Amino acid sequence: MTHLAKDMTPDVKWRDITPGCNIFEGGTSASVQTGDWRVLKPVIDWDKCRQCLLCAPVCPDMSIPVGKDGKRGEFDYFYCKGCGVCANVCPFDAITMVKDEK
Amino acid sequence: MAYNLKENLMKEDRFSGGHRMCAGCGSPIAVRTVLRALDPEDKAVVCSATSCLEVSTFMYPYNAWKDSFIHNAFENAAATISGVEAAYNLMKKKGKIDETWKFITFGGDGGTYDIGFQSLSGAFERGHDFVYVCYDNEAYMNTGIQRSSSTPHFADTTTTPAGTVIPGKLQQKKNLTRIMVAHGSPYVAQTTFIGNFRDITEKAHKAIYTKGPCFLNVMAPCPRGWRYPTEKLMEVTKAAVETCVWPLYEVIEGKYVLNYMPKNKLPVEEYLRLQGRFAHMFKPGNEWMIEQVQQEVDKNWEDLLKLCNM
Ligand code: SF4
Ligand code: SF4
Repeated sequence: MTHLAKDMTPDVKWRDITPGCNIFEGGTSASVQTGDWRVLKPVIDWDKCRQCLLCAPVCPDMSIPVGKDGKRGEFDYFYCKGCGVCANVCPFDAITMVKDEK
Repeated sequence: MAYNLKENLMKEDRFSGGHRMCAGCGSPIAVRTVLRALDPEDKAVVCSATSCLEVSTFMYPYNAWKDSFIHNAFENAAATISGVEAAYNLMKKKGKIDETWKFITFGGDGGTYDIGFQSLSGAFERGHDFVYVCYDNEAYMNTGIQRSSSTPHFADTTTTPAGTVIPGKLQQKKNLTRIMVAHGSPYVAQTTFIGNFRDITEKAHKAIYTKGPCFLNVMAPCPRGWRYPTEKLMEVTKAAVETCVWPLYEVIEGKYVLNYMPKNKLPVEEYLRLQGRFAHMFKPGNEWMIEQVQQEVDKNWEDLLKLCNM
């Protein structure tokens, strides 16, 4: 029986779908790229960043990861939709929004 | 335990990227923050009323929820989670389950102030042990910005279009936070995104870990419906708090506590000006609308200060 999101292709037969179409795993949207919605792209200047972390909780798309060392890492451009909220809250102007050329 | 932004952010997000909420939307910020307030070892069942949040995080076969998730309908999210909580209690009593599970419901203002209100009220009256989080973006945004009972006075929406016939929404916003206090809930709080997120995180933790039905009302701006550029989100929430349009307070066992007192209470224009839905209020001849909103905000603020014994 098919119960994982990745197996739910258009070829799946109804008999192979779980009752109620349940998917028995969470967080499956992780495989969906939303970064291609972006018009502007946040770029960080690591020389200016003081790791105050004020940008990280405001991201609606979980695109500012904070590592086990308690420091923010590079943007996750796979999800980042380019809203610019992070750039606007950074007290040290370390984030610039630039045109995202694809 | 003292709040520490760094430690809070080092917790793994329980809400995944790849959801289809609009760029800059406030509601996923509310969700990820509330879910990060769970102790990592605790499990959770999350329920959502029909909303932007539900349709965008739960597109078969993809979902953004790492915890167990149930969607039922617009009007019965609180009833659905009540059933889950009751089943858990029975299974726990019978020894079929050892872990600690927490129960959290999210609804927009349409699903909370309006359509889901009867089931919310019922669940609070029965006293289920859960948290209801309203992410309040002050209109039915998912279907195209129709007014709800949470939409503020004079706001321009597609069903209250500001023009020569009406000046935007004719009624004031319903004060749901105080209505939930009147249910006798052990913990009710009003919050939004400010600075280092201490206010919302601490309130979410208290709401999750206070026994009984608890309520969080989170102002979650919508850049499309409120008509402001996406990057200004945190300016909008800050202005809401500094003008006392959206005061930060909590009510513990019926006792009101003000969590933030603005040093200089700003005039409401500072909040209204940021948003296109209030743009008509700044046209010549419409000054009376701003004056009226100022009076309403002042009245609510004074009432709140009295309730807080200040
Ligand atoms: S807000 Fe700015 S300075 Fe602070 S961590 Fe983010 S990028 Fe760095
Ligand atoms: S631009 Fe928006 S989506 Fe991208 S990292 Fe910044 S806050 Fe997140």
